[in-house]
Amino acid sequence: MKFDTPATQNPIDQLKVVGKPTDRIDGKYKTTGTAPFAYERHDVAANQAYGYVIGAGIAKGRIRAMQVDEAKRAPGVLAIVTTLDTPRLERGTMNTAYLFGGDQVQHYHQAIAVVVAETFEEARAASFLVGVDYAPEAGKFDLAAEARGAKPVPGDSGEGSGGNGEERVGDFEGAFAKAPVTVDATYTTADESHAMMEPHATVAAWDGDKVTLWTSNQMIAWGHGSVAKILGIPKENVRIDSPFVGGGFGGKLFVRADAVLAALGAKAAGRPVKVALTRPLIANNTTHRPATIQRVRIGATKDGTITAIAHESTSGNLPDGDPETAVSQTKLLYAGANRLAAMKLALLDLPEGNAMRAPGEAPGLMVLEAAMDEMAEKLGLDPVEFRVRNDTQVDPHAPDRRFSHRDLVGCLKLGAEKFGWAKRSAKPGTVRDGQWLVGVGVASAFRNNMVMKSGARVRLDEQGTVTVETDMTDIGTGTYTIIAQTAAEMMGVPLEKVVVRLGDSSFPASAGSGGQWGANSSTSGVYAACMKLREAVAQRLGINSADAVFEDGHVRSGNRAVPLGDAAQGGLTVEDTIEFGDLSKTYQQSTFGAHFVEVGVDVHTAEIRVRRMLAVCAAGRILNPKSARSQVIGGMTMGTGAALMEELVVDTERGFFANHDLAGYEVPVHADIPHQEVIFLDEVDPISSPMKAKGVGELGICGVGAAVANAVYNATGIRVRDYPITLDKLLDHMPEAA
Amino acid sequence: MTGSGDFDLNRRELVAGGSAAAALTSLPRGAHAETTPMDRPTRMKVSLTVNGQHRDLELDTRTSLLDAAREHLHLTGSKKGCDHGQCGACTMIVDGRRINACLTLAVMHQGAEITTIEGLGQPDTLHPMQAAFVKHDGYQCGYCTPGQICSGVAVLAEIKAGIPSHVTADLNAASQVTEAEIRERMSGNICRCGAYSNIVEAITEVAGRPA
Repeated sequence: MKFDTPATQNPIDQLKVVGKPTDRIDGKYKTTGTAPFAYERHDVAANQAYGYVIGAGIAKGRIRAMQVDEAKRAPGVLAIVTTLDTPRLERGTMNTAYLFGGDQVQHYHQAIAVVVAETFEEARAASFLVGVDYAPEAGKFDLAAEARGAKPVPGDSGEGSGGNGEERVGDFEGAFAKAPVTVDATYTTADESHAMMEPHATVAAWDGDKVTLWTSNQMIAWGHGSVAKILGIPKENVRIDSPFVGGGFGGKLFVRADAVLAALGAKAAGRPVKVALTRPLIANNTTHRPATIQRVRIGATKDGTITAIAHESTSGNLPDGDPETAVSQTKLLYAGANRLAAMKLALLDLPEGNAMRAPGEAPGLMVLEAAMDEMAEKLGLDPVEFRVRNDTQVDPHAPDRRFSHRDLVGCLKLGAEKFGWAKRSAKPGTVRDGQWLVGVGVASAFRNNMVMKSGARVRLDEQGTVTVETDMTDIGTGTYTIIAQTAAEMMGVPLEKVVVRLGDSSFPASAGSGGQWGANSSTSGVYAACMKLREAVAQRLGINSADAVFEDGHVRSGNRAVPLGDAAQGGLTVEDTIEFGDLSKTYQQSTFGAHFVEVGVDVHTAEIRVRRMLAVCAAGRILNPKSARSQVIGGMTMGTGAALMEELVVDTERGFFANHDLAGYEVPVHADIPHQEVIFLDEVDPISSPMKAKGVGELGICGVGAAVANAVYNATGIRVRDYPITLDKLLDHMPEAA
Repeated sequence: MTGSGDFDLNRRELVAGGSAAAALTSLPRGAHAETTPMDRPTRMKVSLTVNGQHRDLELDTRTSLLDAAREHLHLTGSKKGCDHGQCGACTMIVDGRRINACLTLAVMHQGAEITTIEGLGQPDTLHPMQAAFVKHDGYQCGYCTPGQICSGVAVLAEIKAGIPSHVTADLNAASQVTEAEIRERMSGNICRCGAYSNIVEAITEVAGRPA
């Protein structure tokens, strides 16, 4: 099905099942530990051996030799595959660093061997017997030092943000120079780790020249092609299965070393092999969100109309890597006649920077929305009012392009009302609650709505059960449930009559889970397949499909009502793919929100506690308000981490992230997060898809960090421009404790 | 307070200890030969009561309680998120107390009564805590969830038993099931998806049920 004109009335609009806050249909499996994750697939292949991955102990250089004889003789060892045994393997889709093979080390903890043994304990013990002679080379590890020589580059997050190295509208410099009120602020954001709870893991089993990987991957079709390319075998000889993914956040968009080394290890051992990356490997072996140095300049008239806005960002990456696209949202979020957006990239020899939840927007809005707060204060304007005043309904870089639907102002105004924003003290450091200095902050949320081609197969059986198969993944997003809701709505059956099977590369290729495109795109694919199934059912029953009503497990036409299953004698299976036309080009499609945060800062210790959080979101039709809300609070939580604690600490001498586990890399825990409120504006966006929905999975992380930072400023009067805002950065500047 | 030189040394040792390959960058070839454990691994018998069932195992003594469950008993509900006691995904209830099963060896628990997530309830017979997690959407990806649920059950028992926490203001008064107590006591269970707000609601609801 081609979607190239805005949606009109369709079966989804019945909203009998879609739009309801349904409990997840996979909930009973997840809460009983019976949902099978990759490393747990004892059932899929007998006689699995254990692989233990060794990471490089240098950041850059060459491996002269490896000594494996002792390790090979160690108890239980079945095989050892080293990077020196293996020619450098091709990279998979969107890999920047090589995953394995050859003597070059590109980054610390790059995989250099896998030890396969009968047990995990034996594989681990033997791995410590492997010797490595390195020829280290000097590398570049310090973004601040390398930023000076960084070059402007185009770049694309692959997830809806990006652009040229420099994009201009009007005369920024001239307008900024003339502006009566200006802000010119430079901020930094830290390297961050996805730190999903399930480590990257794969079971690999060969059957002749065919391999199956039970793995943990967000994008099955990409992964399928990548594994074939990396292993140098035809795609038909590869199957990937990933029915449950224990968190991804972008860290499992691409095939990683676990999959490659499970396959190579299994080949070498002549047995199925399972491999999980150990937690201490993950930060340096896999990808991360790159640190940025960002400069924002805003010029405005005295009444708060922006006349000039510039956002420049510098980040680092390995050769062939992309910049962090932190300036993209600034091209679209606020009006202003004179504009500049620019990205620079410094070559670094740190591990690969790549997509992490809302790549670009997450760190970009942490800076833009803090700078907006600075500007509002300079103008003496309320920060909500300042944002409302500079709203735009068109793409400021291409004013003929309207937004398909944009209600940022509605989010800000409703949020202000619900949060009690009017009670805010504009003067920082003036509200006390016992030992706490209390402050509130606001920020806009913005994230583009990407739509992606997505396929599904739908099968109807004689009992009237509808089975949906698509290689779409559920990474915690609620995919199983919203796909079931979609099929139930389309076919007029209760949710219990829908079976959803995901994550298998033998199913039709879907949009996959990334860039907050998954829910909208994959349910649209199911919509397309169900439309085709409705046609097929009507045809079999001799009913004109235009007259057919699908409800209560029956097909009705006039006075006739036939059980749906009657159309499925001998089975009825159809497949279709939703393909999106130019509507995403003719219209700017984005999602919007407003974050409101209250923090307390201990007047003596500068400890920061988040006390209240509210997000108001405008993101099209919400397919399941319960799971969508969870997506948003998850983003708010991760964004709070980015604001207050998350930082991969770079050892600029040895070139690696030093705090590479969950004790050193701090993420929010229960005690850090208060009750969180989310309000969805009641809206539909028929230009987006037949579901009239948009993405919401990443909107929650967008802007929230700045709202936290602005609240800290409001509480203390201290503006920290180097994220994360840890108490040591406040302590020397705290107001006198009375 | 150590000087910067000491710190540097310590840091290097830490790095070396954390990575086999790094350790060998500064060692001559074969330096490990004398300490190579070429003997067969030491195995030991251990008997556990797991979810009410008596289980006899013979294990490599290096096997964690977590791996005994996941790899030997095929009870894969308890998760391995870090294998370092940093994330809580492996939480089990052992002799009435929750522990990080990755941080303890199975052979240390001869005769222990162990409850894993599978022992709390099954898909069609959910424990009230499991049902509350479903109702409140107290999870997303589901990987930390078994640990959160086991912890949640144990936390309520700890409060009932009068065991104080860091946020208990009055050590002489009976502990209360407040949101602050739940957040404090649950902070060893990381949820990267960020379901905390919902998890606290789920646990609070279960706590409010009549015993």
